[in-house]
Amino acid sequence: MRAFAFAFALLCALPALAEEVVLGLSSDQVSINTNFDGSEILIFGAVKREEAIPDTPRLQVIVTVAGPSRPITVRRKEKRFGIWINTDAVEVDHAPSFYAVASSTLLGLSLSNTEDLRYKVSIPRAIRSVGAPQNIKNTANFTNALIRIKSKSNQYQLNEGTISVDEQTLFRTAIKLPAALTEGDYVTRIFLTRGGEVVSKYETSIYVRKVGLERWLFRLSRENAFIYGFMSLAIAIAAGWGASAIFSAFRR
Amino acid sequence: MGAMQIYLPIAEVSVNAFLLLGLGGLVGILSGMFGVGGGFLMTPLLFFIGIPPAVAVATEANQIVASSFSGVLAHFKRKTVDLRMGTVLLIGGLIGAALGVMLFNYLKSQGQVDLLVKLFYVVFLGAIGGLMFIESLNAIRKTKSGKRTPRKKHNWIHGLPFKMRFRASGLYISVIPPLIVGIAVGILAAIMGVGGGFIMVPAMIYLLGMPTKVVVGTSLFQIIFVTAFTTMLHATTNFTVDIVLAVLLLIGGVIGAQIGARIGVKMKAEQLRILLALMVLAVSGKLALELLLQPVELYSLGVAGGH
Repeated sequence: MRAFAFAFALLCALPALAEEVVLGLSSDQVSINTNFDGSEILIFGAVKREEAIPDTPRLQVIVTVAGPSRPITVRRKEKRFGIWINTDAVEVDHAPSFYAVASSTLLGLSLSNTEDLRYKVSIPRAIRSVGAPQNIKNTANFTNALIRIKSKSNQYQLNEGTISVDEQTLFRTAIKLPAALTEGDYVTRIFLTRGGEVVSKYETSIYVRKVGLERWLFRLSRENAFIYGFMSLAIAIAAGWGASAIFSAFRR
Repeated sequence: MGAMQIYLPIAEVSVNAFLLLGLGGLVGILSGMFGVGGGFLMTPLLFFIGIPPAVAVATEANQIVASSFSGVLAHFKRKTVDLRMGTVLLIGGLIGAALGVMLFNYLKSQGQVDLLVKLFYVVFLGAIGGLMFIESLNAIRKTKSGKRTPRKKHNWIHGLPFKMRFRASGLYISVIPPLIVGIAVGILAAIMGVGGGFIMVPAMIYLLGMPTKVVVGTSLFQIIFVTAFTTMLHATTNFTVDIVLAVLLLIGGVIGAQIGARIGVKMKAEQLRILLALMVLAVSGKLALELLLQPVELYSLGVAGGH
């Protein structure tokens, strides 16, 4: 009962939203099957409002899609004994496996710094790194490297100006998911901003799942590693044996 | 259709299926031509096309089981397997593989596994390739001048204790040297994702003095069990055996090996050895450059906390 009262109080505390997002997704599920080669998700929606469209500042839309987060170790190579080896390492506590930000104009124009800090929208803000070792200077270099490497393989994307907004009401964008995708719930957020301030926020999930054979093999390899190992050996032996039997049959 | 992309469930990357079949075929041709397993070529090639090193090493071990299996059956039929010697080598091999996987997993947690694998490749391939190159050059020169060096029959190995009779090989020697050879090959199998034939075969001929006709069959016998054991260790501790990848490489490999064997018969042994030596040196050189030259990207990403 007390929890309910608290929730009610919270609801009342929120300012009445003048503008709200009504969202559509081309699909809320991405299936990784055997011939999965990346995917594109269409995100589209409309702004629902009770009153007339405020003229200024203009409405901007920001969309983020974030894959499941994991701690990641970033290592730096240095020349030791004449060869390049990993020496320093920084653990980034919280880095999404995939992260895309799309915006209707330059991100810096549609979102103020404080709002970015609050909602963790831009790529550097979406990554959290706390416990860097004392002896390493310039830990920023490590997080920058993480962003650089992930961006190169399209795991992190900053797509400025890729959301088209019509009549300050209809918006749409497409997010490309790369082929190397991890399973999980991809949290999708839509922000409506005016003059850098977030006026409305909407959150949903896209489910990325391995299906069929992919799912079966992956789960078996984690849950029954021993059986999976034996199965791999059996398949390999059978295939090797079978193929050479076929060939020797041909030779005769 | 066009590009036939296939998503590898364990490696979690999408690769062109024809590329994998082709790689399997190419390495198969080479292994058929030279009578080697080809793991030492396949594993670095898998690194180059973007398969994570841990997955490449574990999956290659699985593939070697398959490619050696039909080979060893043929040798059993011809009675060219020294089972006793094979068993001693195998015991060493299992110990070595366990040590190798432990070392592999420790260095993986330290972020040094790529370095370890590459260093092993550079050192061993460099040494073997160099020796093979010099030896086959000498052999060509000698066949031209018509001289032959007799093989030494007795060396320090015959002074060691725990002697055992190996009838198929016609040897009465200590079990210590074959055990050590087995351990060394087991470590290599676990760390490099190779069968280790390229180390074991010369060691059996020159160090143990085994007759050439039983060497290949006996080494295949040992390799199957050691790589099967390695596959199981990687599958249960690292979860890095990708069966889809293994099967694709295997199909290409088996076909390639048949073609390669036919090309191989048409070439002279010395020419084959020089070619193989050059190829081994090329792979080793490429990996050495990666360690010596400043990489374009100094930073790399790893999963925190082991896996």
